[in-house]
Amino acid sequence: MENKLNELLKSAIEEIKKSNDLNDIEKIRIKYLGKKGQLTLILREMGNLSKELRPIIGQKANEVRFEIERILDETKTKLEQQEKFEKIRIETIDITERRKVNYLGHKHPLLQTIKELEDLFISMGFNVVTGPEIETVENNFDMLNSPENHPSRDLSDTFYINDKLLLRTHTSPVQIRAMMKYNAPLKIISAGRTFRFDDVDDTHSPMFHQLEGLVVDENISMANLKYTLDIFIKELFGKDMKTRYRPHYFPFTEPSAEVDVTCVECRGEGCPHCNYTGWSMELLGCGMVHPKVLENCGIDSEKYTGFAFGMGVDRITMVKYGIKDIRLLFDNDNRFLEQF
Amino acid sequence: MLLPIKWLKKYVDIELSSKEIADGLTYSGSHVESIIKPNKGISGVVVGKIEKIDEHPNADKLRICKVNLGKEVLTIVTGAQNVSVEDLVPVAKVGARLPNGKEISEADFRGVVSQGMLCSLRELGYEDNVIPKEAKDGIFIINDDVELGLDIVKALSLDDEVIEFEITPNRPDCLSIYGMARESAATFNVDLKDIDIQINNQVDDIKDLINGIDVATQKCHRYYAKAIKDVEIKPSPLWLKTSLMNSGVRPINNIVDVTNYVMLELGQPLHAFDIDKIDGRKIVIRQATDHEKLTTLDGVERVLTREDIVIADEYKAIGIAGVMGGSNTEITQSTKLVVLEGANFEPKNVRLTAKRLGLRTEASTRFEKGIDENLCKFAVDRACQLIELIGAGKILNGNYDIMKFIPEKTNIKLRMSRIEKLLGAKIEKAEVINYLNRLKFETSFLDEDILNVVVPTFRRDVKVEADLIEEVGRLYGFHNIEAKPLFGKLTRGGRPEDKELQNYIKDILWGLGFNEAMTYSFISPRAFDKLNLPSNHEFRNYIRLMNPLGEDYSVMRTTLTPNMLDLLNKNNNRGIESMRVYEIGNVFLPNSSRDSLPEEKAMICIGMYGDKDFYFLKDVIEILLERLGIKDIEYIRESNNPIYHPGRTAKMIKNSKSLGVFGEIHPDIMKNYDFDKRVYIAELDFNCLFEFINLDRKYTELPRYPSIVRDIAIVVDEDITVGDIEEVINSNGRELIESIELFDIYRGNQIDSGKKSLAFSIRYRSSEKTLKDEEVNQIQKKIIDDLREKFQARLRS
Repeated sequence: MENKLNELLKSAIEEIKKSNDLNDIEKIRIKYLGKKGQLTLILREMGNLSKELRPIIGQKANEVRFEIERILDETKTKLEQQEKFEKIRIETIDITERRKVNYLGHKHPLLQTIKELEDLFISMGFNVVTGPEIETVENNFDMLNSPENHPSRDLSDTFYINDKLLLRTHTSPVQIRAMMKYNAPLKIISAGRTFRFDDVDDTHSPMFHQLEGLVVDENISMANLKYTLDIFIKELFGKDMKTRYRPHYFPFTEPSAEVDVTCVECRGEGCPHCNYTGWSMELLGCGMVHPKVLENCGIDSEKYTGFAFGMGVDRITMVKYGIKDIRLLFDNDNRFLEQF
Repeated sequence: MLLPIKWLKKYVDIELSSKEIADGLTYSGSHVESIIKPNKGISGVVVGKIEKIDEHPNADKLRICKVNLGKEVLTIVTGAQNVSVEDLVPVAKVGARLPNGKEISEADFRGVVSQGMLCSLRELGYEDNVIPKEAKDGIFIINDDVELGLDIVKALSLDDEVIEFEITPNRPDCLSIYGMARESAATFNVDLKDIDIQINNQVDDIKDLINGIDVATQKCHRYYAKAIKDVEIKPSPLWLKTSLMNSGVRPINNIVDVTNYVMLELGQPLHAFDIDKIDGRKIVIRQATDHEKLTTLDGVERVLTREDIVIADEYKAIGIAGVMGGSNTEITQSTKLVVLEGANFEPKNVRLTAKRLGLRTEASTRFEKGIDENLCKFAVDRACQLIELIGAGKILNGNYDIMKFIPEKTNIKLRMSRIEKLLGAKIEKAEVINYLNRLKFETSFLDEDILNVVVPTFRRDVKVEADLIEEVGRLYGFHNIEAKPLFGKLTRGGRPEDKELQNYIKDILWGLGFNEAMTYSFISPRAFDKLNLPSNHEFRNYIRLMNPLGEDYSVMRTTLTPNMLDLLNKNNNRGIESMRVYEIGNVFLPNSSRDSLPEEKAMICIGMYGDKDFYFLKDVIEILLERLGIKDIEYIRESNNPIYHPGRTAKMIKNSKSLGVFGEIHPDIMKNYDFDKRVYIAELDFNCLFEFINLDRKYTELPRYPSIVRDIAIVVDEDITVGDIEEVINSNGRELIESIELFDIYRGNQIDSGKKSLAFSIRYRSSEKTLKDEEVNQIQKKIIDDLREKFQARLRS
């Protein structure tokens, strides 16, 4: 009997060794340890044994069973591991391959710049207001104290619909609208499309964009204007940026100034872009609102003072992204749009 | 405005470099464009005198010159024919460099060695527009009292530097050297030298030559004239020529050059007439008559109108006031008697005349901005002084001076307190007075705070207190004003609701993979033809620009679709396989009253071509509307829209209002564009959407009971729509249908032609209990019966 058991164990171990998948293992388990398995058959013969031998053989049989089970489990675990590794090996993909299935759009750099500028001023407490692209001559020129024979009123400078209506040449009429509507105090910005009779070239476009700001309150001074714009410039272009305020002329502000900003290309060192001056010229126009303009809008110019500023957003966008040709902004070349 | 530094320094003593002058003037408000160096790279060129000229033995066209440079005599071969013995000329010696980069070396011209080169003005770097006519073809003849061997750079004042300014339209007083000298004196706090006018010898009387001057129009504010006799017309002396050329003006002859010199110096344009050509020797300043003709100095016949002002004699016009003189009274080689005009005209008239004639001259650009009436006399007298100085003629006693309008000096009250209020900087009284006096404003205190300021007549731009504060501020220096934070109530900034929502829509479309485009607000009216729109189509009711840049930009858009089609087409032509893009922008709808503002309506235009189809676009729109909280949209077939494919277009209706249209562009239009792909466009009215947008969200309880899913596959006629069937399914659903999904459409040989098989998956769920099979079976049966009855649907197994 004992020999039989030893034989059985030996042949089971051999079979298990030869097996190479989980099905074989299961078959081997049934063959040896199942209800009709070989071990069971041997144990059935135990009835023929002597009382003394029975427990000895019984113990031996149990040992054989445990040993087979142990080896079966061990092998099963090993095979399972192998199978898993095989599966992973098969499932391995080429991660350098690409399939474009998702697509996120691209926002227009100019509109994105406008939004960023607006957000900046909103965080400083400014309210965004809007105005129409087609304006009255009155709002665009007269109310803004533009002299009657100012060249900017010419047909060669301004697009007219008729003698009363035109395409706004700047966003400043929005100032008029806001002052008429809300009176003082006031803290607004407005960005949008503007139009001038310019043929298209690298730096000119008959349609361009401005952002305009206006603060009217008691005791507003040029010192406040400088503070506000300095913060804005530093936020926009970097803390190391310097500004330069040059006296200038605008009909609707007095005093008026143009603001130059450290050349973005060379950070003030001097380069061909800034004509070796170290300054990006004419980035902003600004000034103290002309008392006549305040009065035109029904605001007491003795009690209230205000500052206004305006900037070309196309220019700022171009400086920011290094775009050299304004035409790209309105050409909508997909290869351009997808860069932003 | 060109400002040669040497010329400037005649009137102000400043020991600063041109860079320092430019920087200082920049900070006081004169905008510097650039600093120009007239010497464009000349070295080794000197003045030489031609002592002998021999014909070249071996070449007809060459001549051999002996040229004396003071310390040496060179042999130079030249091809120029305009040089004679005794002429002073620029000589480029061996080793010299010219502006074009050329280096002069010894050269053998058919057996004769040339030790240098004689130069023309062009070779010295002058632009053609400043080179005198007589010096255009050939060597520049200096013929003035110049030391032999002198560096030509010195002789022609090319060692100067010239600052180019952009003068703002409010400061015409800066359009002259003396005006800029005044600014410089104020800026750098130095004295401005007076121009001392002395005419040493005057003879006879102007009335002997001119019988009278009559100013017959109020548009001529002042007319001042002096006369010159024994005039000898010849080229100007070198200093005068170089002064003009370095300021961008071409020398003509001594008399004309003096008038131009004074215009540059003082800003007052002058004109010289040949008295012998003035009929009746009488001058009349009058309005022109309609169709009156005059040939101007440039040889062009000008047709005038009654709006123009002319200078005339008894019979004819002899000059267009403030613009250009007539060729009929031009100064010529034979001119002996000259009348010098210094006048002042209404700026607006000069501007309109110059504009209408397309003739903007040095004179008109000055007149149209306004000139001090007090300047006429000073300028003419100055010119007489110079004419005498260069020996061009004898000045006559007396003058004509007709004054129609002489402005009074303005007085403005300036409060010290207001200066501080506006600038935000405290400036001492003494300093304020100092600044104003430097700018030639007279000041006196009315009380502690208030200063009375008298504005000089040349500063017409200063009208109110704020103008004076700017004057004070710019001399104080805006850069010296210390920045101070805003005080006052804290305010919360933000955007108007419509802008916020547009940004939200942009975010949604961005997330769905659409790029953002931007196109012009004006388009070509031909775009509507390309869209095959009938003549009465609403889009053709557009606003036209009075003065467009061209037909392509001549009307305000009434729809965003043409620009969208254009940009898609352009990108397709660039070889871009597919594109998804949107634009949010305004369209312009005319108002019935022409003088009131049109309606500006924001539209959302979505366009695409390439890899996706109608249903992709529909999905985009549905996601967009769903996110905006706009529910219960009805999609109606739009089959008679000329822009769109009749079978592939839908209109979106909400509460019987149209939100917009989307679909595939009509094949005919694709042909018009020569576009070889299918294009899908949607155009939505933002204002309509805005009305229905609802971003309020409330939590709906998650389902607590399981759902039951049943599939139905039916065969129906082709013209039965999915929408029709879904409606029937829903109407039988007793509120238990959670969703219906179309998961298969089949057409093919297993079913009859003209029919299609549709398979739907219907999910049932109750919010109150677990549904039983029988309940759902009942509903399914009713649905099938109903479909059978309404659409003759056949169940497909």
